[in-house]
Amino acid sequence: MLDAHLPHSAVIDRRVQESPGIFSLRLQYVDTNVQDIFEFQPGQFNMLSLFGVGEVPISIVSDPDDSHFFDHTIRVAGRVTEAMSRLQPGDRVGIRGPFGRGWPMVQAEGQDVVVVTGGLGCAPLVSVIRYLLRRRDRFGDIHIMQGVKHEDDLIWRRQYETWSREHGVNVQLAADMPGKEWPWQQGLVTELISTLDLNLEKTISMLCGPELMMLAAIAQLRDLKLDDQRIWLSMERNMQCGFGQCGHCQVGPKFVCKDGPVFCYSEVADFLGAKGF
Amino acid sequence: MSAQHIAARRPGFMQREGLQDLLDVLHHLGYRTLGPVVDEEAIQWREVETVDALPVGVQARQGPGEYRLEEQPENRLFAWNHGPQAIKPLLFSAEETLWRERLMVDGQIEIKQTLPEVEPTAIFGVRACDLAALALQDRHFLSPQHPDPHYKARREALLFIGVDCAFSAATCFCTSTGDGPSLGEGFDIGMAELDEGYLFWEGSSKGGEIIDRLSLEPASEAQLNSMIQETDRAAAQQHRFLPGESELKQLYDKLNHGHWDEIGERCLSCGNCTAVCPTCFCYSTDYQRTLDGRSAEMKRQWDSCFSPTHSSMGQFMLRRETALRYRQWLTHKLAGWQEQFGRSGCVGCGRCITWCPVGIDLTQAVAALLDGGLADA
Repeated sequence: MLDAHLPHSAVIDRRVQESPGIFSLRLQYVDTNVQDIFEFQPGQFNMLSLFGVGEVPISIVSDPDDSHFFDHTIRVAGRVTEAMSRLQPGDRVGIRGPFGRGWPMVQAEGQDVVVVTGGLGCAPLVSVIRYLLRRRDRFGDIHIMQGVKHEDDLIWRRQYETWSREHGVNVQLAADMPGKEWPWQQGLVTELISTLDLNLEKTISMLCGPELMMLAAIAQLRDLKLDDQRIWLSMERNMQCGFGQCGHCQVGPKFVCKDGPVFCYSEVADFLGAKGF
Repeated sequence: MSAQHIAARRPGFMQREGLQDLLDVLHHLGYRTLGPVVDEEAIQWREVETVDALPVGVQARQGPGEYRLEEQPENRLFAWNHGPQAIKPLLFSAEETLWRERLMVDGQIEIKQTLPEVEPTAIFGVRACDLAALALQDRHFLSPQHPDPHYKARREALLFIGVDCAFSAATCFCTSTGDGPSLGEGFDIGMAELDEGYLFWEGSSKGGEIIDRLSLEPASEAQLNSMIQETDRAAAQQHRFLPGESELKQLYDKLNHGHWDEIGERCLSCGNCTAVCPTCFCYSTDYQRTLDGRSAEMKRQWDSCFSPTHSSMGQFMLRRETALRYRQWLTHKLAGWQEQFGRSGCVGCGRCITWCPVGIDLTQAVAALLDGGLADA
């Protein structure tokens, strides 16, 4: 296991501008020994630092079997991510990680998977979708439900179109403010869920996005009688250390950075949406 | 204190005048010695060369928002209960650098961990509650997965000489948390102060080797009885208490209780309680670069769930209201800790009561919140 306390240098191999405010970096540790022992699960995150600027938590979006590099998709949200958006191939960042508990991919084997995302918080689940499709025979039907406020907020649009043509994949997108070119639904992603016909004994759901959207999605899934143990979500909090030590990310007795960021709904049900947690 | 507890001690007796011998042995073995010293009108851990530096006949009167040193007629050295800080600052530094990075001429970045320079240090006069808190901090900072290298380096250099409490301050409630007033575990040398002298016993093999170098007499039956009476007196002096852990867990059922707002109106959100709490562990990291832009460092400093930025997520703050911050602190300390660390995070030292500028008393807060049984109030 890598030392969680100290960053290791990684070099940018490739940079992709996904949308005006979102970019992806493909990274490789400078030290090949470090790259060799770096292992992660979908849903885990790294702490990325930029020399002279600072450090931020970012989820890993590449496939865990791609052992020569790892990818981060980053939204410009503040001072550090703004500076990172100007990085180019060959530039370096510091990496501490991977941290946290990822998605329940083992439990998901043999199951239909409902993936619900809202807003721009879709990166942690795009890694899951890619993971599922790459191991297609190990999973049942895949329902991809993505909601955005404005049509332009949808990144990887072509990818959604490609996914929708795959066998056993049901892609449903909803935009609050769709434009003329929007072939999918108008409205909220949560409204899409009520249309699902779920096999309750063979379905697992994974949610990511703003908490109000996730709460609404959870209510819909519970209305469909999906068991709480089959509802999983990724949470976001103030994370500084990454391994449950600095105390900022606590939600009730849970450390989001260590016990999460992926939780089973039943683990956080008492605190999700409660003011002050 | 149980008879079994006492029997396990098998203490030796030292006359009052002999105490310097212990310091001399420690110095001879290469230890720096920290002990209780009156500084800035409070008992504080300071370097102690001779026993003359120790506070003779000093007791600390403590109450909500009150700490006053007073004379203690029997001229005891350990009649004071405790000062504002336990062992925490000596291990979990209030501010320190975690790592540094430097831009090299070839454009590479060199990243180096910065570890503290430590020397063997004996701390003299540590209380049972503070050792209980230390055990909790150890569990947090020395987790098997991610032991903190800074904490660990300092921890390994420390030797603890604990002392039974013969008196309780009005703010003490360690009997109800089970952490005092007699020493439980976590010390290298145990000590009890009697009118005529001191009793010493072994807490670890390292401590045992040190005791072996002292000239101690076997303790008499009367002295053993006095040792028990001293801590019995301290226990009897306590009139504050916390309910048991299963009841404390019910604080999570009281999230909407009106008492949070009452406290929120008094609380200044100053963070004194978290600074003096021997188990509070929150810290924030702060990345700073030098003016020439060639190097930078990651620092950490104590943070508090009462600080405005503790709950911030970008522009958004989860706990803007003071009542929510107090609720976070109390529910985490008394209920959340039980899931995280297997017990409540309170050891009954009462520092948060003493050092609160408006005298908020957590034992009263808990009583008010849990009053009326289980139903969500």
